[in-house]
Amino acid sequence: MTFIKTTYNRRSFLKVSASASGGLVLGFSWLASCNPTTEQLRLMPEEWFNINAFLKIGDNGLVTIMSPNPEIGQNVKTSMPMIVAEELDVIWKDVIVEQAGLDTKKYTRQLAGGSQSIRQGWQSLRMAGATARHMLLQAAAKQWNVPISELSTEGGIINHPSGKSAGYGEMASAAANQTVPEEVELKDPKDFKIIGTPTKNVDGPKIIKGEPLFGLDYQHEGMLIAMIEHPPAFGMKLKSVDDREARSMPGIKDVLTIDSLPEGTEKQWSDVNAFPQLVVVVGNTTWEVMKAKKALKIEWERVSEGESTLDYKEGLTKLLEKPAEEPARKDGDPDWAFKNAALVIEKTYTAPFLAHNTMEPMNFFANVTSDRAELVGPIQTPEYMSKTASKVLGLPEDKIAIMMTRMGGGFGRRLYGHFGIEAAVISQKINAPVKLIYTREDDMTQGTYRPAYKVKYRAALDENNKLIGFHVRGAGTNGSLVFANRFPAGTVDHYLAENYVLDSNISVGAWRAPRSNFIACAEQSFLDEVAEAAGKDPIDFRLELFDRAISNPVGEKNDYDPERYAGVLKLVKEKSQWGTSKPGVHRGVSAYYCHNSYVAQVLDVVVENNNPKVVKVWCAIDCGIVVNPEGARNQVEGGITDGIGHALYSAMTFEDGKPEQNNFNNYRLIRHGEAPLEIETFFVDNGIDPTGLGEPSLPPVAAAMANAFYQATGKRYYNQPFMYDESKMDLRNTI
Amino acid sequence: MSQFTIKINGESHQVDVAPDTPMLWVLRDHLKLVGTKYGCGIGACGACTIHVDGVATRSCLLPVSVVGEGAITTIEGLSAKQDHPIQLAWLEHDVSQCGYCQSGQIMNAASLLNQNPDPTDSEIDIAMNGNICRCGTYIRIKAAIKTATNNS
Ligand code: FES
Ligand code: FES
Repeated sequence: MTFIKTTYNRRSFLKVSASASGGLVLGFSWLASCNPTTEQLRLMPEEWFNINAFLKIGDNGLVTIMSPNPEIGQNVKTSMPMIVAEELDVIWKDVIVEQAGLDTKKYTRQLAGGSQSIRQGWQSLRMAGATARHMLLQAAAKQWNVPISELSTEGGIINHPSGKSAGYGEMASAAANQTVPEEVELKDPKDFKIIGTPTKNVDGPKIIKGEPLFGLDYQHEGMLIAMIEHPPAFGMKLKSVDDREARSMPGIKDVLTIDSLPEGTEKQWSDVNAFPQLVVVVGNTTWEVMKAKKALKIEWERVSEGESTLDYKEGLTKLLEKPAEEPARKDGDPDWAFKNAALVIEKTYTAPFLAHNTMEPMNFFANVTSDRAELVGPIQTPEYMSKTASKVLGLPEDKIAIMMTRMGGGFGRRLYGHFGIEAAVISQKINAPVKLIYTREDDMTQGTYRPAYKVKYRAALDENNKLIGFHVRGAGTNGSLVFANRFPAGTVDHYLAENYVLDSNISVGAWRAPRSNFIACAEQSFLDEVAEAAGKDPIDFRLELFDRAISNPVGEKNDYDPERYAGVLKLVKEKSQWGTSKPGVHRGVSAYYCHNSYVAQVLDVVVENNNPKVVKVWCAIDCGIVVNPEGARNQVEGGITDGIGHALYSAMTFEDGKPEQNNFNNYRLIRHGEAPLEIETFFVDNGIDPTGLGEPSLPPVAAAMANAFYQATGKRYYNQPFMYDESKMDLRNTI
Repeated sequence: MSQFTIKINGESHQVDVAPDTPMLWVLRDHLKLVGTKYGCGIGACGACTIHVDGVATRSCLLPVSVVGEGAITTIEGLSAKQDHPIQLAWLEHDVSQCGYCQSGQIMNAASLLNQNPDPTDSEIDIAMNGNICRCGTYIRIKAAIKTATNNS
């Protein structure tokens, strides 16, 4: 058992207990996600007692746990409450989960991004559960007049050796008035009952019924629909609009122009928006507004140069070739190593811009009146949205209420909440509640893309095939690529890492596993070639490098643990029976570290009709304690499928600043028949506090695939997407 | 605007809309049946899949004026107690991640089983090819369809 100091002060608890009186309380009852199941409804208590910001207990023992972080499909709405329930020591079926709205006073870091929700919430969620349990025990000790140390709990019941026992529900009212303990005991992980038990998605039953859960489903009395037109190309802005025809169309209420980020607004990192000035059509229903949108006659004007795919490709190439500047990291004497090498291998890898393409397009509801704003919708960064909304609307933050809906995917796209600000500005201007909806085309051509990248690797081998020098120079549009202190830094005496950025007017943002999502593929494909040139097995080759990093690391800033890294490689080697061969099956391997987690994968392909096809992926992952193995496996499978799909098929390309893809007929995403047939996931059981899970399975898989393809076809894959021509297929109406 | 009487989930509904209004928006905006999702509007993602007389149809491309006597089923009406074999299998396999594509996947899969109660792997791939899952739950979807096949 561990004791930890609680970081709560008494006041914050009292405030929470009296939560109904403080702040803006909104009527979010429409959110089916907040509603209990019919089964639970039957068991509803007559009275709830707020114990703390994370939970309340009903007089019959039913527990409501608040899920503070936005749910984008990473399953935190199930896994975060599981952590609270574990320390509270209740039975999971007695738990109802509710999504919390933004409340910076009650919760910290209500953000979905960087695979951090569990990692950062781990202590505070455990503390919330343990504190509540302690307060229940205090209440019972007082009532029974026994020392608290004699009490124990099990599944929502408090027991005393004398035979006295009471359900949490019976003690809830007294517990709510207990002093908040200054220190609480946390369970020993070996006693976990809920954490580590495969648990189904709490929203699963609602999803399969089609209940309203998502922002796009939000309804509000008197709500109008708004849609936008943004410039058709990067580097353009609005010049004039002729809205006469649109205005006269049925159901249309207004056509207006807005600026959601007026000149002089102090920007935060989340305020990425290439097109803050928009033409807006407002009307009664979506279809009417869509039709009126098409009837707008808009003139756009160029404000900066229109870039084409070839332009930035050339720009990135120039950066890779220009004289060296200050490196991101240098160990030893790389020049010497390359001059004296017996063999130098040099390869270059590229990747295109990618759109996020969440299945649910950008949308947000806003109801802004003279003194307050209600914002409801899919947002990964509600706290940042609140700050920008406050500045743009001219309202204090405590008059802005934000409710996060379940999100139809995030992948980083909804870190940048311009659409919520736009909805708010529209609502303020038209003085009515409004739901802003982006069409798929508006969404895909809006920008905020994964940057385009190019990276050059060089490796120097001595006459004994030992890696003596390693050089990586990466370049990205509006973003750097290389993590200078990640592997293989620390394993090579002479090491050089360089980062360059190409300015572009095409806007970029974080995309699932930023930078890692491409650099892992390049690095691990390159190492496959180096291992081959050195005549070594690709796993043994990597393990030798880790041995070096374990026994005698080069440099001090290496930001990975070589033992855990080697651990996942060894695990996947064993599980996949690496080294055995099956007729017609070709394999590749890859390993990567990001978001504090380690992943190694072996991938099998067969060749069907002259095309390589992924049949199976073995994935070993070390992400510390796995809270919910069921959800975790699903995340890993999704990350792998996502990584394979984008590396094979997806790209945004541009002509004169205009995106050449705008919907799923010309932007190719992986489909059913192209997914691996099987993914087997193995978690390393080491009892370490949880680390990232939503992203780390994605980065390495493209290299495992490229390396397997090489075994199958004899061809190396350097440029994503690997199946570019096929990616232009028109897949409309495929049923 | 014109009046249309359409049969949805066994009930008759009257709507007053432009004849070219896709069923997707009739369902979502006029009848507040929001389980049917918008993903692309061009028939390329399957999020909007409904049944017309038991057959999977992309509601984003189906103007209300051509529905006529067709009996429409949406995810809300697939089963009275959410116990269609496909729905149960979806829960058993904990298929959903974000969940946004899943009503379309479920409706498409249910229609597949209507027509072919025992599909092979490649028949599943072909039938489901038009339904994108951006979260990548394809493996679980296929497993769930197979479970439903065995249970129905
Ligand atoms: S919305 Fe109908 S197929 Fe995509
Ligand atoms: S579950 Fe997210 S798109 Fe399918």
